[in-house]
Amino acid sequence: MIPADPSGARRKGTLKGAGPRRRRAGAGGGRQGVPLLLLLPALVALAFLLVPLLALLVRAPWQSMPEQLTSPAVWQALRLSLVCATAATAVSLVLGVPLAWLLARTEFPGRGLVRALVTLPLVLPPVVGGVALLMALGRNGVVGQWLDAWFGVSLPFTTAGVVVAETFVAMPFLVISVEGTLRAADRRYEEAAATLGASRFTAFRRVTLPLIMPGVAAGSVLAWARALGEFGATITFAGNFPGRTQTMPLAVYLALQSDPEAAIALSVVLLAVSIAVLAGLRDRWTTTP
Amino acid sequence: MTTRPAPRRTRLPRWAGAAVLLVLGAATACSSSADGDEAGAAGSGSAPGEPSGTVTVFAAASLTESFTALGERFEKAHPGTEVTFSFGGSDGLAAGITGGAPADVFASASPRTMKIVTDAGDAAGTPVTFVRNRLEIATPPGNPEGVSSLKDLTGPDLKVVLCDEAVPCGAAARTALDAAGLELTPVSYEQDVKSALTKVRLKEADAALVYRTDVRAAGDKVEGVDFPEAAEAVNDYPITLLEDAPNAVAAEAFIAYVRSGEGQRVLADAGFLTP
Repeated sequence: MIPADPSGARRKGTLKGAGPRRRRAGAGGGRQGVPLLLLLPALVALAFLLVPLLALLVRAPWQSMPEQLTSPAVWQALRLSLVCATAATAVSLVLGVPLAWLLARTEFPGRGLVRALVTLPLVLPPVVGGVALLMALGRNGVVGQWLDAWFGVSLPFTTAGVVVAETFVAMPFLVISVEGTLRAADRRYEEAAATLGASRFTAFRRVTLPLIMPGVAAGSVLAWARALGEFGATITFAGNFPGRTQTMPLAVYLALQSDPEAAIALSVVLLAVSIAVLAGLRDRWTTTP
Repeated sequence: MTTRPAPRRTRLPRWAGAAVLLVLGAATACSSSADGDEAGAAGSGSAPGEPSGTVTVFAAASLTESFTALGERFEKAHPGTEVTFSFGGSDGLAAGITGGAPADVFASASPRTMKIVTDAGDAAGTPVTFVRNRLEIATPPGNPEGVSSLKDLTGPDLKVVLCDEAVPCGAAARTALDAAGLELTPVSYEQDVKSALTKVRLKEADAALVYRTDVRAAGDKVEGVDFPEAAEAVNDYPITLLEDAPNAVAAEAFIAYVRSGEGQRVLADAGFLTP
């Protein structure tokens, strides 16, 4: 933790005035003077990310806010958003962690290709994802027509359809995050468990999983946040019906067409929820030990 | 965006301009005379000579096919002109115009959105209705569910999509349903008329309430069913020359062409009703 003395001393010599202040600010952090060429773009980036959010707060209709927030329609959309994002995260965990394990711990032909395909929804425009889901799971979809014929299940226009759409865009975040943690994790613990007679699944459950928990948690938060903000795939695949498929982002978009003030109020609510959740989870889950 | 130079004046309603003129006299004299030069050349319509140059038309998305065709015909009839379009939702276009987008003509899908522009003092003269559009029921080809009336849509097993009431086609659907005294619970309130139609084209929905012109534009991918209550929810499409039109002469010629017998024929072929 103690900064390298020689370089620190040299810095102090060259950056007169700034030196002591910086040293105090960066006490124990090993930070000595921030080059202007990095500091300026960094501040621009920070402003670029924060100014729109601040503008939202500045322009928010605070007088009518209580009225907006007590409207049942807002709560309906918010509850649906939270429920669906959580369900999508749960599905992503159940299916995504094993997929991440498969990608990180096994060798099979075409693994690189599979890995690339898994990340495809990350770069795909969500609306394209929604269209693809319709083609696959719609009432006349490649798979969906059989779901409909055999089980009478039709996913479009249902809450389950929202969860499917959100899972489609959110799961890759979790898979990538967990796979990275798995690759970084020390395999010797698993090997030790194996030499002690544990089966590969037991080793995964008892050794690997606790080891990669921070990565799983971080991936879950990412996936949850992505699902909460999901718009394109949802409105394309699941449509828009209050209480059933109208999540907050859809409500914001449609309010914007007729009542921009309501749209801003809804946006502030979504912003507050996102901040609250990320802040609440940050210390407990996402900091690596 | 455009080949024209940047907007030349500050954006004020006309009455405000007059008030400022009275108070400030000389200070506004320059800007008002600058305004006057171009407005004078265009405003009265008495300007001699053929229309030329670029006409920029902001038009509702539902006019895409027919206005594109009209633009090509207009360019042929008036060599030296070029018509460029910006198609989109009427609300967004109106916001663009009041925000200072340099356009010559605004053709909107609803009097409400046109009112946003006239209220801001951005329209030159009074907008006129050039076509009307009415709703139709869109069903998959062959009408497999045998839909023949608005009432048929209220059947419990039928998946119907409507436009959200925030957009014009949704408001029209609400009016038609109210006129018929029907309660209809759709599976989805779609964000615009084209996505409502798409749900039927993909056979995810059994029926949708969309515009006649959308049914017509979709060709044999959907089948239209007319219903009498649609007469209660006819949408007027107003068109106007804009106050800040960079090319008012050609713009007026284009509006006249849209309202001419030939223009109206093209629009009628697309499924529009003539006023």
